[in-house]
Amino acid sequence: MTFLARVRLVTFVLILISFAAASAFAQKLGPDGAPNPDASVTNQGALLEQAPRIQGRIDIPDVKASVLMQPAGRTWDYFHEVLLHWAGAIVIVGTIAFLALAYLIIGRIRIEAGRSGQKIVRFKSFERFSHWLTAVSFVILGLTGLNITFGKILLLPLVGPETFSDISQIAKYLHNFISFAFVAGLVLIAVMFFRDNLLARVDVEWVRQGGGFIKSKHAPAGRFNLGEKMVYWLSVAAGIAVSASGFVLLFPFYGTNIADMQLAQAAHAIIAILFIALILAHIYIGTLGMEGAFEAMGTGEVDLNWAKEHHDRWLAETLEREGRRPSATPAE
Amino acid sequence: MARMKFLCDADRCIDCNACVTACKNENEVPWGINRRRVVTINDGKPGERSVSMACMHCTDAPCAAVCPVTCIYPTDDGIVLHNKDLCIGCGYCFYACPFGAPQYPKVGNFGSRGKMDKCTYCAGGGGPEAPGSAAEYAKYGSNRFGEGKLPLCAEMCSTKSLLAGDGDIIAQIYGERVRKRGYGSGAWGWETAYHEDIKI
Repeated sequence: MTFLARVRLVTFVLILISFAAASAFAQKLGPDGAPNPDASVTNQGALLEQAPRIQGRIDIPDVKASVLMQPAGRTWDYFHEVLLHWAGAIVIVGTIAFLALAYLIIGRIRIEAGRSGQKIVRFKSFERFSHWLTAVSFVILGLTGLNITFGKILLLPLVGPETFSDISQIAKYLHNFISFAFVAGLVLIAVMFFRDNLLARVDVEWVRQGGGFIKSKHAPAGRFNLGEKMVYWLSVAAGIAVSASGFVLLFPFYGTNIADMQLAQAAHAIIAILFIALILAHIYIGTLGMEGAFEAMGTGEVDLNWAKEHHDRWLAETLEREGRRPSATPAE
Repeated sequence: MARMKFLCDADRCIDCNACVTACKNENEVPWGINRRRVVTINDGKPGERSVSMACMHCTDAPCAAVCPVTCIYPTDDGIVLHNKDLCIGCGYCFYACPFGAPQYPKVGNFGSRGKMDKCTYCAGGGGPEAPGSAAEYAKYGSNRFGEGKLPLCAEMCSTKSLLAGDGDIIAQIYGERVRKRGYGSGAWGWETAYHEDIKI
């Protein structure tokens, strides 16, 4: 078959198909030849079976107004008012209970050899700035975010509707604008600590030795142990997800539709709740849970014996680089 | 007590948008706020229907449930009102609303929303303002309901497509229409809004 003949055949078939399609869409006529409106009744039940939303044409330029009905709104209501309340409360209260239990059973992890009196720099000032930028903005974002979900249950009965509304209004603006500080801090942390958080062979040994929770064993670690690395990677992942979904919410209906907005809110809420649980554990181990840990991010300097017990490889490398020898006796 | 509802008989709606205009005029809503709108389904195709839609004043209103400051509530007549003094403009009611009713004036950068505005069933506002007062009118629009009148959109509908009033009565009117003419595309949104449909 020549090329021309093939083109002619395809065109012929296309014309046939279009005739068949046109007759299928043609207006149905009643017995008297008049258009029968009954035959083409558009039923909302049938429309909702075809698609989750009923959408049409509208005379105003507001695209989101062209959605006539979206019964999924009631589903989102159920998620927000029932599932999120219960799941969120269980995860957060459960984490706090778990940490309290850990404190009661394991207690504060002490520096076994006692303080040496010698200090070594663990985090430089810019690293600490990045951490605290992220940390402070995270706490504000967390509290103002929880207020949107749990405020009306916990805070509203205490302060009354007018004051609660004023607080929530301020909280909304804080949440919207401090998000940018959080993203900046997140980027700094992700870049700055990236190299030291790559998995290494020593991490396997760290797990095998009980991760420092078994007192008779010594768990070796580099600058960050596997637990810290997990906090890093989970925080970076959750931070990216929570920021991305947050920006969708901050710019509502900028190229998104109602289903996208509902999905973004659900994702934002679920990830944020899990993120808060992770950071609660991080705060616990960095303050109450371990002696000598907070000063790493507080003053930036840690005790030599603390470093020896928790980050022996890192200590050895640092001392070697600085040309110092580890000594048990304090400097004069 | 009567349970107030809206019903749009889509087989009568001619997409004239007079309900939209009447609403804007009666309530003096700001630019960009559309308490009522007309959406055309299957535009230009067989089975084309236009439906006038606003707040349906739902049973178990999802907007009221999700509101973080609980500023939305139903009245004894089933009308869903809200208090603009409490609203923080979070936009959650729009996500929950099955009918796209809540509207927000743009007040700042990005997507920041002002205090929510929506159809009040021409029944004034849910705030502390005195019913029928100038302060109430400025914030929420007309309070025809307090004067014993129904919403203007439905009252002046030229084809009597849009019905407002006691749910049982307008359901009965619609049922009679459908039986007489032999067809009907259904009470749009009733199943979603009121958990019940009109049995013909």
